[in-house]
Amino acid sequence: MIISPWLLGFFLLILGPIIASLYFSFTDYDLLSSPNWVGFDNYINILTNDPRFRQSLTVTLIFVFVSTPLKLIFALALAMLFNTGRKGTGFFTTIYYIPSIIGGSVAIAVVWRIIFGRNGAVNELLQSVGLSGTNWIGNPDTALSILILLIVWQFGSPMIIFLAGLRQIPTELYEAASVDGANRWQSFKGITIPMLTPVIFFNLIMQTIGGFMIFTQAYLITQGGPMDSTLFYALYLYEMAFEYLRMGYASAMAWILLVIIASITLLLFITSKKWVFYESEGGKS
Amino acid sequence: MKKKHSSFSNFIYYTFVILFGFVMVYPILWMIMSSLKPETEIFGNASSLIPSQLLFENYARGWEGFGRTGFDLYFRNSMIVTSLVVIGTVLSASIVAYGFARLKFRFKPILFACLMATVMLPVQITLIPQYILFHNLGWVNTFIPLILPAFLGGQPFFIFLLIQFIRGIPRELDEAAIIDGCSTFGIFTRIILPLLKPALVTVVIFAFMWTWDDFLAPLIYLNNANLHTVTLGLRNFMDADSGTNWGPLLAMSSLSLLPQLILFAFFQKYLVQGIATTGLK
Repeated sequence: MIISPWLLGFFLLILGPIIASLYFSFTDYDLLSSPNWVGFDNYINILTNDPRFRQSLTVTLIFVFVSTPLKLIFALALAMLFNTGRKGTGFFTTIYYIPSIIGGSVAIAVVWRIIFGRNGAVNELLQSVGLSGTNWIGNPDTALSILILLIVWQFGSPMIIFLAGLRQIPTELYEAASVDGANRWQSFKGITIPMLTPVIFFNLIMQTIGGFMIFTQAYLITQGGPMDSTLFYALYLYEMAFEYLRMGYASAMAWILLVIIASITLLLFITSKKWVFYESEGGKS
Repeated sequence: MKKKHSSFSNFIYYTFVILFGFVMVYPILWMIMSSLKPETEIFGNASSLIPSQLLFENYARGWEGFGRTGFDLYFRNSMIVTSLVVIGTVLSASIVAYGFARLKFRFKPILFACLMATVMLPVQITLIPQYILFHNLGWVNTFIPLILPAFLGGQPFFIFLLIQFIRGIPRELDEAAIIDGCSTFGIFTRIILPLLKPALVTVVIFAFMWTWDDFLAPLIYLNNANLHTVTLGLRNFMDADSGTNWGPLLAMSSLSLLPQLILFAFFQKYLVQGIATTGLK
């Protein structure tokens, strides 16, 4: 059978592990001795008895709910700007897209750590206009914002998807609206946004799910600190699994994460019926 | 929309787009320029992009690496892993996509639903049991855990992308080939694969970029310093906390992005199309 490579991969690397993960989440497996069944202990401990779990969930939720809208606003604003038919927009779109390509790399994490450090470029710029900086990464009040900034900076891919969406909107709609005396803001609200809702929805889902998985940047730039202010969920899970070898506990955390992501995705899908407009249905926005 | 723009609005537009564009690429320019600065200027003259003198010494010192392993080894390891992943992904994803797009087989709807479900699955769910599996097979500290998944379908997103593309290829071509006595596999290699080229380019670029950048999988599976990839090499360099050599570190960071930037320069059209049509990345 021609799909057998995937079939093998699916059973060996996806379905098998999913079942195993569920089983391990009810054990105290530490990789060295054989797993003991502990029932719901892991789940109970995580949910009632682990302040660092709560911290990691809070950090991640703040991160997702701040960075996703900001990223999408930037993406849409610049896509609109690049859709005005001026010369050279192709070049600028490319430039703005580069951070999305390399933003997840270790190299950029290195750069972030230096630029936002105490003696970094940002503080030097602030001092040159008479402001005093702080150690952005070492300060619990600012460390998370610096990571949010890093993710928002990578708005290039949603921007390109928005741009493709904007080019699909028939110009006749805008012409008709301007004949009817609509100003720019009105046609933005009445035409652009409704016509773009499927794309907005797509970007929203992708960015939200992606936001929950952030790991590399936090691991490299702040190590979760200072004082757990950037202890992302994925970071804490990694710590539990691969530093403390508490595989059972971490598996339970993975399942809780799955439930959280699935609920938020489901919620977005349900509310989307109210605001996402599909042309083929011919309905209202 | 093609509209006439007044020269004043053009002026505002280009000023903004250029200034904001500069802010966007500043961190990248900063990294490259600072890698050419003497150590004292990386912090003493931190925000400036222009070094007082161009110093290539950081590159030489960085290449020597940290501890006993040099960056030549890290680059070689990254190249081995990345090229094998790209090959595996192209081979398996294209043939699996062909199967899903063109052939009839039992349980196809269910299996297709499974494929789509895995696109959305958080990596954390399979990460731990996969690690345990590879650990028990004795494959930790080998490249196998990084490479094998690519040969077994790779990223489900790639399969999906290729399925969509194959569906756009007229079936008449297949039928004509069957009349000429072509086998199922022959149709794949002679008809579908050549036509699939543009989509495969997208897959190759993204598979390369993601694998080259990957940090989590090497971090988990490669403890032996001789197997470390570039991403781990940079981490080792940075975490040598007592007196990190920032100049060489920035030099190696810049170098680590080189393959990606070259790929980007050559194929940005494909990349942009790939994103616009599929939402990859």
